[in-house]
Amino acid sequence: MNDIDRLRDLALSETGFLFDPYSGATFSLNPTAVTILRALRGSADRVAVLETLKREFDVQSADLEHDLDEFIALLRREGLVSREFGLS
Amino acid sequence: MSRDATTLRVAVTALNATDNPAPGVSVLRALRDAPGFRGRLIGLSYDALDAGLYARGLADAVYLVPYPSLGPAALLERLRAIHARDPFDVVLPNVDSELLSYLEIAPELAELGVGMYLPTREQLELRSKVHLEALGEQSGISVPRAATVSTAQELFKLHDRIPYPFFVKGTFYGAVLVHSLDEALAAFHATVAKWGLPVIVQQRIDGEEYDVVAVGDGEGGLVGAVPMKKTILTDKGKGWGGVAVKDPGLLDMTRAFMEATRWRGPCEVEVMKDRDGGYHLLEINPRFPAWVYMSAGAGHNLPWAVAQLAAGLRPERLEPYRVGTMFVRIALDQIADISDFEKIATAGELVREPSGEEEPS
Repeated sequence: MNDIDRLRDLALSETGFLFDPYSGATFSLNPTAVTILRALRGSADRVAVLETLKREFDVQSADLEHDLDEFIALLRREGLVSREFGLS
Repeated sequence: MSRDATTLRVAVTALNATDNPAPGVSVLRALRDAPGFRGRLIGLSYDALDAGLYARGLADAVYLVPYPSLGPAALLERLRAIHARDPFDVVLPNVDSELLSYLEIAPELAELGVGMYLPTREQLELRSKVHLEALGEQSGISVPRAATVSTAQELFKLHDRIPYPFFVKGTFYGAVLVHSLDEALAAFHATVAKWGLPVIVQQRIDGEEYDVVAVGDGEGGLVGAVPMKKTILTDKGKGWGGVAVKDPGLLDMTRAFMEATRWRGPCEVEVMKDRDGGYHLLEINPRFPAWVYMSAGAGHNLPWAVAQLAAGLRPERLEPYRVGTMFVRIALDQIADISDFEKIATAGELVREPSGEEEPS
């Protein structure tokens, strides 16, 4: 299973509660993280993900890129994507 | 023997329910929840203070039976007496230490028309901690390195082969993690005092532990299985809460075990998933775990399937279990009358009268 399919398999509620059905782990996501995760589930293309985020948030591109990279690092650390996962 | 599954009369053992409970209460609850079930449930337990004896709405009658140490003849005599007054079609044993006795008396129980669905003596031996490493080699299942130890002297050089920290385990129960020779010697003597010889030393593998409750069909196939991740542990390391997960690797390992042993009946597969995603078989418990009620809660009622198989019936194909189903235990004070305790303590039985409540027409 590739990383994007793995992310699509996560159970994400409207409140930002996340359940990983493979490990049983649960997480609480803030609204920014929810938006990033939804964008990642739609595409592994970095430009496309950033474009989606720009439409949602009125902030500088540099801030969005920082948030995106930090979130991806968290996904790797929690084993929700592989260590090699990155955006093209 | 009754042929209508919903009217089966099922005897279930092991109603101890402390913070390290036996599986009996969970099995009874699963059977009580089976769709359309209107049969009779009989509890068999060892001690007059086993908490499950006093649980209302579970067993229609409960009886004390002799401890496994008294041997199969005493057990058979007691079961015959119970069966003569309160007949049952199947019995589901739930404790490791009683399985050999039940296997021993299986022919006599069959003559009474009582069925069971248990692994064979050979299968029990194959999965024992003593032989687990050999099973791994034979089946290709990854198993931690292990050694069978009968004297304390053997521990002095064992760390050359199995480095610290490692687990010191009893043949049936108990596991202590040790980090040095001093700790290993203390754990060895404590384990021998409690569970006898031999003692098993098992390599520790770092990772996340998962458990699978499963039922084998005796021909190498799987009747059903539910994998679970413990989410709450007691101070003894026992699961107090858990959640059903859908890791295909856990089910693959369970299928491989069933295929290698042609396991018949229930078991619990304990698996460690390491940080690289590898799966390692830690232990096979040859009976339902105490958390088996979650299988019924997840729509995959394994005790109900086993009760039907024990009766020689063919259960309907089990629905897939619901991933994300949780269990969280609770400690409750049950209220009983001293006369209930009196009946259990003096006559060894408590037969509950039907409540008399009728369904509204």
